[in-house]
Amino acid sequence: MAEVAFEGVSKIYADGTRAVNEMTLGIEDGEFMVLVGPSGCGKTTALRMVAGLEDISEGTLRIGERVVNHVAPRDRDIAMVFQSYALYPHLSVYDNIAFGLKMQKLPKDEIERRVQEAADVLGLESFLDRKPRALSGGQRQRVAMGRAIVREPQAFLMDEPLSNLDAKLRVQMRAEIARLQNDLGVTTVYVTHDQTEAMTMGDRVAVMRKGEIQQVDAPQELYDRPVNLFVAGFIGSPAMNMIEATLERANGGLAAVAGSQRIGLGEDTLAVRPGLRAFEGKTVVLGIRPEDLEDAALETDTPADRRLRGKIVLREALGAEIMAHFTMDARLAMTEDVKELARDVGDERVAEGEAAQDDATLVGRFGARSRVREGEETEVAVDTRALHFFDPETGLGIYDEQTQGKGAA
Amino acid sequence: MATTTADVPAPRERDETVGARIVRFLSKGPVYALLIFIGLLWLVPTLGLFITSLLSPSDFNEGGWWQVFSEPGKLTTENYARLFDTEAITSSLVTTVWIAVLGTILPLFIAALAGYAFAWLEFPGRDWLFILVIALLVVPLQMALIPIFSLYNTLGIFDTVIGIALFHTAFGLPFAIFLLRNFFIGIPKDILESARIDGASELRIFFRLILPLGIPALASLAIFQFLWTWNDLLVALTFGRSTQPITVAIYSQLRQFGQNIDLIATASFISLIVPLVVFFAFQRYFVQGLLAGSVK
Repeated sequence: MAEVAFEGVSKIYADGTRAVNEMTLGIEDGEFMVLVGPSGCGKTTALRMVAGLEDISEGTLRIGERVVNHVAPRDRDIAMVFQSYALYPHLSVYDNIAFGLKMQKLPKDEIERRVQEAADVLGLESFLDRKPRALSGGQRQRVAMGRAIVREPQAFLMDEPLSNLDAKLRVQMRAEIARLQNDLGVTTVYVTHDQTEAMTMGDRVAVMRKGEIQQVDAPQELYDRPVNLFVAGFIGSPAMNMIEATLERANGGLAAVAGSQRIGLGEDTLAVRPGLRAFEGKTVVLGIRPEDLEDAALETDTPADRRLRGKIVLREALGAEIMAHFTMDARLAMTEDVKELARDVGDERVAEGEAAQDDATLVGRFGARSRVREGEETEVAVDTRALHFFDPETGLGIYDEQTQGKGAA
Repeated sequence: MATTTADVPAPRERDETVGARIVRFLSKGPVYALLIFIGLLWLVPTLGLFITSLLSPSDFNEGGWWQVFSEPGKLTTENYARLFDTEAITSSLVTTVWIAVLGTILPLFIAALAGYAFAWLEFPGRDWLFILVIALLVVPLQMALIPIFSLYNTLGIFDTVIGIALFHTAFGLPFAIFLLRNFFIGIPKDILESARIDGASELRIFFRLILPLGIPALASLAIFQFLWTWNDLLVALTFGRSTQPITVAIYSQLRQFGQNIDLIATASFISLIVPLVVFFAFQRYFVQGLLAGSVK
C-alpha cells in the first residue's frame, strides 16, 4: 500500500491539446479518492497515467516513494479494473483471477489459496470453472474485481467499473466495492462521471473540468462549500438551480432580488458569508439546491421575505418526495460553467445559450404531502441559510471577505 | 461454418406444430434441392477419379468409369496396393507432407508475430512498413522464380525441402500478415492493457492471449496455406530435382496417351484426401464469437 502523488502532471497530445493540465493531487495511503467530472475532463487520462498506459508529458508521478514516470505498467505493482472488465475470454474464471499471480510466478498453492479467498469474498466459488461468456454482467464485474484484489497491489485503479451495470446492480456493487476497499485498506483511485458514486464512495472527491482539478474535498464539503459554479452544478442531484440576482441593502441586512421577487438574507446568512457585503448593489449568481426549496404550504411559519412565487409546470411524484418544476420571472445564470454542465447532460438549448432566459425554471424537492398541481401558482419556502452565491465574473463562490473558496479554479 | 449455436439453444422448434414444419420445409425446399444438385454436380469429377482409381487398367480402357454402375464386381483395391509399393510415390508423399507442414507453420508463426507487432506495438515507420507488406501482395511469384533460383544455388539449398518451404513461406507471408494484423486489431485493447498491468511481458501476451484468441484466423489461414503448398506444382518443379512432392511425382508419371492412368488416378486421389482431412480437422476452430464475454 502506498500514497499516489501527482506533482504538476500534464498530458499533452501531439496536436497540443492538454488532456490533463498541471495536475497536483496527493492521495493518501489507504484513501479512496474519486476523480469525477463530465466526459472529456481528463479523469480517465489521469488514471491511465497512474497505470502507465499513457506517457506523462510533464511533471512527476509517485507511487509510494518511487517516481514512476518511466516505469512499465507491469512493474508499478498496481491493479486496474476496466470499464469493460477486460476479462480474458478464453480462460476460466479461476484462470482469469490467477493470471496476474501466475505472471508473478508465485507458488501454485499460494495462487490457489489467494484465488479461493478472493472468490470467497466475492461470492464466485461456484463459477470458477466457467468462461466469462457464461456469466452475467454483475458476475463479470466481480471477476474483474477479483483479478484486482488477489494481486494485493500498492493501489487499485478503477475506471468507471460500474457504468455497464443496470441501475439496481450498480447500487449494490457500489456498496460492495466501498466495503471491500474499506476492509482491504488499499489506496484506490476511482474514476466516474456519476456524482452519486463519487459522493457515496469517496473519502475525498476531486472534481475535474477540462483537464484541471476544480476542488478536492470530502463529499459533504463539496456539497456544502463548492468553490465555484462548476462544482456547485456538478455535485448534487437534481442539480442546483442557478439564477441571476442583485444584492440590495434591506433593513440592516441584504436582500437578493431576482426578477420581481426578493429574498431577505438575515444575519445568519451574512455571518457565514461575510464576503457578500462587498457585492452590495451588484449582480451575483444565486444557487439554490432543490432540497432547500419546500412547498410553503408545508412550512407555514416561513416569513414572507423567504418565499418565492412560481407556477408549477411539472410535478414528478417519487413517492417519498415530489420534484416540483416551477417557473418564475428571474433570469437563468448563463456562465461558461453552466453551459458546460448543460452540454454534459445533453441539454443543447442551454448549452448553446438559446434557452428562454427571462422565465427561469427551478426544481424544488417538496415533501410528499405537498398538494401542488401543474398549472397552479404556488408559494415556495426558501431555506436562506443554505443559499449559495457566486461571482458571475469569475464563477467563484462567495464566502469570506476575499470572496475566494479554497483552492483555485 | 459458424458453430456457436451450441451455447444458445434455440427454443423455436419445440413448440412448432407439424403444419408449421411442413410449411417451413416447403418454403425452403426448392433452395435445398438446388443446393444439393449443385453440390452433387461438383462432386462428379471427384467421384469419377475415385472410381477410376478402383479399376484395373484393362477395365478402364474398355470403357468409362461409369460402367461400374452396371458391373460393380470390377472394383478392386489392387491399384492402391501397387501404389504403396512404388517407392517414388511413397517417398514423394513424405516429401509433400514435410513441405506442406513447414510451408504452413513457418509463415503462420512469423505472420502472427508480425501481425501482433503491426497491430499493437508502437514503433517508428510501422504504418509505412505495413503498407509495404500489403504492396507485396501484388507481386506474382513467377517473377521471383529465376532470381530465387540463382540465390538458392548460391546458398546451396536448391533441391531441398527447406528451400521449397521457404519459398512458400515468403509468398504466403504478405497475405497472412495482412489477415492476422486485421484480426488482432479487433481484439479489445483493454484485454492487452489489463494483461500488461497484470505483469505480462509482450511475449507472454503473444503466447497466452493473442495466439489463443487468434485461433479462428490462424485456422483459416492454416487451411488455405496448407492447400496451396500441398497442391503446388510450379514451385516444386522449379526448385526440386530429386526432391519431388506428390504433384511432381504424378506429373512425371504422365505419358502421352495416359497408359498409366491407374497409377495417376490413385495417386491423385491420395493427394486429394489429405487436404480434405486437414480441412475438416481445422474447420471446427472457425468458431465465431470466441471473444464473447470478455468486454461488456
